[in-house]
Amino acid sequence: MLEIRNLHARVDDREILKGINLVVNPGEVHSIMGPNGSGKSTLAQVLAGRETYVVTEGEVLLDGDNILEIEPEERACRGIFMAFQYPVEIPGVANTYFLRMALNSIRKYNGLKELKPVEFVKYVKEKMKIIRTSDDLLKRSVNEGFSGVEKKRNEIFQMALLEPKLCVLDETDSGLDIDALKLVADGVNAMRSPERAFIIITHYQRLLNYVVPDFVHVLVDGKLVKSGGKELALELEEKGYSWVENSSQSAA
Amino acid sequence: MENLVLKDVESYIDGFARFERSVAGNGWSWLSPLRKEAISKFKELGFPTTRHEEWKFTNVAPITKTSFRLTERATALPAGEELEKFTIPELDVFKLVFIDGHFTPELSSIKELPEGVKIKSLRDALSQERELLEPHLSRYVDLSDDAFSSLNTAFMQDGVFVYVPENTVLPEPVHVLYVSTGTTSPTITHPRNLIVAGKSSEATVIEDYVSLGEGVNFSNVVTELVAGENSHINHYKIERENRKAFNVSTLRIEQLRNSSVSTHAVLIGGALVRNNIHPVLDGEGGSCLINGLFMATGSQHMDNHMLVEHVSPHCDSRQFYYGILDGRSKGIFSGRIVVHKDAQKTDAKQTNRNLLLSEEASIDTKPQLEIHADDVKCTHGATIGQMDESALFYMRSRAIPLDKAKAILLLAFAGESLKRIDLEPLRVYLEGVVAEWFSSEHLNLG
Repeated sequence: MLEIRNLHARVDDREILKGINLVVNPGEVHSIMGPNGSGKSTLAQVLAGRETYVVTEGEVLLDGDNILEIEPEERACRGIFMAFQYPVEIPGVANTYFLRMALNSIRKYNGLKELKPVEFVKYVKEKMKIIRTSDDLLKRSVNEGFSGVEKKRNEIFQMALLEPKLCVLDETDSGLDIDALKLVADGVNAMRSPERAFIIITHYQRLLNYVVPDFVHVLVDGKLVKSGGKELALELEEKGYSWVENSSQSAA
Repeated sequence: MENLVLKDVESYIDGFARFERSVAGNGWSWLSPLRKEAISKFKELGFPTTRHEEWKFTNVAPITKTSFRLTERATALPAGEELEKFTIPELDVFKLVFIDGHFTPELSSIKELPEGVKIKSLRDALSQERELLEPHLSRYVDLSDDAFSSLNTAFMQDGVFVYVPENTVLPEPVHVLYVSTGTTSPTITHPRNLIVAGKSSEATVIEDYVSLGEGVNFSNVVTELVAGENSHINHYKIERENRKAFNVSTLRIEQLRNSSVSTHAVLIGGALVRNNIHPVLDGEGGSCLINGLFMATGSQHMDNHMLVEHVSPHCDSRQFYYGILDGRSKGIFSGRIVVHKDAQKTDAKQTNRNLLLSEEASIDTKPQLEIHADDVKCTHGATIGQMDESALFYMRSRAIPLDKAKAILLLAFAGESLKRIDLEPLRVYLEGVVAEWFSSEHLNLG
């Protein structure tokens, strides 16, 4: 589904991604772990199409097409979804309106009929059975005045609503207490399917107790230095990032 | 009065003599001293230059360099359908239509009025309602340093007169539509409005300036609004003339004890727009809301000039003005609050927020507080910014195309002003007008 080949990216004059290679197949859950400043969020932003990050080398193929030349909105239409580490507040724009615009853009792109407000409300009600959220959050302006937990929950709700094929979670678990963490995990687990893949970017191993990944990769200084199964996360937790940082330096 | 052409100061003064002769015998002779005083004031002042402190950011040369023809009553009226697009859906109104500055009963509809209420053209009121007009007309607007209001006072001949006696609620808003028909040569009109609301009365008045053609018109407007004790008045001004029009307007509000006035402006049209708003809170317990949205593109110039005077204690004033500027347009917000020495416990607040959509657009924002009392609360804040890039990216990452995302952000920004409009059908209508402005070809959303 997704193939990242030798991806290099910089912001301003600083090279942050220094040759990432990764293959993600449908149904798989990949976790990317790494210390602060290793390039985790940059990778997520590059996949979503943020223009402040300039790709200098490499390719990102989604179903065989290089998406780096494609606008962020079209990437979203093709099924890429990034849950933001810091969701943006948009005062004066009602969450429901925003979500309906988003869903209808995707439906339109895929040749489906756009949902009218009444149909959309029905659709939302269905999704609320899977992902718990409150009517209140839907009525308010997008993320405005939301608590940290509410913002993250809103991201997961959007993900459920838009039904992407590739979900990228950028440190969605950071700053969440255990109850909120379980909520996020429940959402992800409910959405796991043979057609859908996840890239879960996290700084902590804790989320992976609830969402069990198929693969764990360690990102250090812009490169994936180690890959393994779910047990790698535990090993990292035990030995700390210095373990891989040191081993990657000695390898280099 | 054929070929009365006005351009430089002399031509206005010569023209005035001919104008006076032409309106003699209309039963308006009682106005003559007022007119003469006004024209001599204009002669003394001349048109303001940018050396004038209150006109620092606005050069009126486009006005003084144009020869305007004083309009006659139109012989051929536009068809009613042509005005259909200016009708506010789902809102019953008393409708007064002015074609090129002249009241046109054929296109207006003033249904049955509650007892004592007067809604009529100023032309009729000048001859029929002298005893109601005389205590108020031109008693509030300050001509001492105002050339345009002086000109208006000298040349006034039509406009709207609304009189609501005490304890009376006007059942429907008054919608005053000023239509310029876009003739080949530039025209000038001097709409003059007087709204007098008695004790504990309620009224809503909408002033709406529109164009039918592409011709140049200069609307030189004065509105005096007298809010009697404990009255509730809502006033709206919509400026949506063509982009060649000039519109200089002065709204002078006189507020008595416990009165509550809100005045809302939506400005999208005109080449050069000067929007003067001058409430005087002259009675304890008054409150005034001044809310506005101005949106300019191309080479449009919009100058908003507020002077809020707190004369009496325990009054509130709130100013919210929002500007969206694209192209090479220029916006100005000058907000002066004067708290006189007896106006203790004044609570005055001013907010001006601006969005610049292009590199060449500009805004000058100038708050001025002048406080002579010692127990007051006055705050002001101004922001100038661009569209929030992170919000745009957030929306795009949710599949919303860039142009749509921009329109959503702009509507949300404009909505901060429009949400303060209580009259729902009007708010919904104006939201539509604003949305249309965003999607018009003139705005570069790419």
